Amino acid sequence: MEKTRQRNNKMWILILLPIILLIVSLCLGRYSVSPSVAFSIVLSRIFPIKATWESIQELIILKVRLPRIIIASIVGAGLSVSGTAYQAIFGNPLVSPHVLGVSAGAGFGAALGILLSANMFVVQMMALAFGILAVIITYAISKQKKGSALFMLVLSGVITGAFFTALISLIKYVADPDDKLPEIVYWLMGSLNGVSTKDLIFGIPLIIIGIVIIVVLRWKINILSLSEEEAKSLGIDVNKYRLIIIIVTTIITATSVSLCGIVGWIGLIIPHVGRMIVGNDHKILIPATIFLGAFYMLLIDNVARIATAAEIPLSILTAVIGAPFFAYLLRKTGGRWS
Amino acid sequence: MKFRVSNGTFGYRKDSLLFEDINLTIEDGEILTILGANGVGKTTLLKCMMGFLKWHKGETLINEKSFNSFKSVDVWKRISYVPQAKITVFPYSVIEMVLMGRNPHMSFFSMPKQEDIEKSKSVMEELNILKLENKVVSELSGGELQMVLMARALVSEPEVLILDEPESNLDIKNQLIVLDVIQKMSKQKNITCIINTHYPEHALRISDKTLIFSYGNNYIYGKTSEIVNESNIKRFYEVESKILEYTQNKTNFKTILPLRITDKVV
Repeated sequence: MEKTRQRNNKMWILILLPIILLIVSLCLGRYSVSPSVAFSIVLSRIFPIKATWESIQELIILKVRLPRIIIASIVGAGLSVSGTAYQAIFGNPLVSPHVLGVSAGAGFGAALGILLSANMFVVQMMALAFGILAVIITYAISKQKKGSALFMLVLSGVITGAFFTALISLIKYVADPDDKLPEIVYWLMGSLNGVSTKDLIFGIPLIIIGIVIIVVLRWKINILSLSEEEAKSLGIDVNKYRLIIIIVTTIITATSVSLCGIVGWIGLIIPHVGRMIVGNDHKILIPATIFLGAFYMLLIDNVARIATAAEIPLSILTAVIGAPFFAYLLRKTGGRWS
Repeated sequence: MKFRVSNGTFGYRKDSLLFEDINLTIEDGEILTILGANGVGKTTLLKCMMGFLKWHKGETLINEKSFNSFKSVDVWKRISYVPQAKITVFPYSVIEMVLMGRNPHMSFFSMPKQEDIEKSKSVMEELNILKLENKVVSELSGGELQMVLMARALVSEPEVLILDEPESNLDIKNQLIVLDVIQKMSKQKNITCIINTHYPEHALRISDKTLIFSYGNNYIYGKTSEIVNESNIKRFYEVESKILEYTQNKTNFKTILPLRITDKVV
């Protein structure tokens, strides 16, 4: 009983953290807006509140900050949940959502898109399409008569990833170094700069549907993390569940990459931070990683947009902030995730 | 439940079979032990019986109906498997681990309900491991971990229990605990048990039937009392031995005293 209560308390903290940060993030930025004004502006969209603020403030809050904050939280949650699910189904704590080559594929799609067109929507669509294509190729390479062996999947992912990474280099090599190349490089390192309300409508539903499916399957993920025969003997259709999770995770990750580039690390470390806080039971771990992921990504994005005049790419920050923090946790817990 | 293997034949390579035309039948509540030296393919035989590996020829039958004609989820409502004990990559708590055993009775999306938790706890109580409930499996001793795996197998209320070397790596007390539980399940709940073991004396202690095999698909099968004898131990283990008996309170105990390795090996 004591243990359940402790766990519930932890859960409440995990839920509150991103919510508080969400509100704080609205007020942060070059153009300062006081918390009460920011709050009223958001609420005015739902309740009839008389506008006592300047229209520029409303524009910044509703058209710039709010979409960005929402996308940051959802992408963070999505990548973290995907990482957690992948680590479990591959039975390997070193796996991240990128393991099947989705990010390399999506990165290539985006780079090609930038090279060929200036239209952001085209770039996003190509990222999504090539991300999914990369995983289909990985799956096809690994496919055997009956399902796919895990090590075959991982190795195939390495092959596909290497292939698309090489193609990205090729595109960088031929891209105009004054114009397209910096754009490609910057994009590949990940940024939420320039996301808009339009992205909200296109990307967010896809990621949310993915998260919901994993949440629904979260208890089964416990069983999927056991050895294949053990899982089968517990009455689980291993191949079917694995395929569902791979499809869902691919859509989440490819959509994330299409919205904000390749954001590394988060899908690797947030699951472990979650394990250290709530333990390994995915029934609790999956919700915990949703909130932790949202919180971490928001935090990183705030630093990215506020720390310096020019935005710092997200991948740099997730690693620079994440690595020391992870090292600290690792030392403190001795690597025992529970 | 009647569990039968008819003409079971398997080898990892087509030209060298591990076993050929194995036939065996186990009735309700009977215990079958499978004996054989290290590496002859005892675990492989279990995997074939449970459909993890495909027989080259022959089949497994459940109540005289082909194993393959059952839906997989229906099979695992009736058969439980206890694999060789090893710690999982992500160590779960004992109760979480045991709860997984309820999965065959749950639908595609569902999660354990209060009823499942209660059933898990009552099995843990029965196996005397309820006190371990909130411990993490990586902190358990070998004997405790084995009991957790057995609880997980029993919580689905199976008709057949298949165990892969359940008492290997355990001290003699824990070996007896495991053997007693198996015996109790077969006697009280009429569960059919199939056990791989390294110890012929454990076969003598608990089983009704025994299969011994060695390389070159050389096997014998029959009543344990007729199969586990000095000459077969010499034939299959290449060990000269003496079977000793002792009776206490009308219970007859047998043990195997190994004397020496047979000459042809040394």
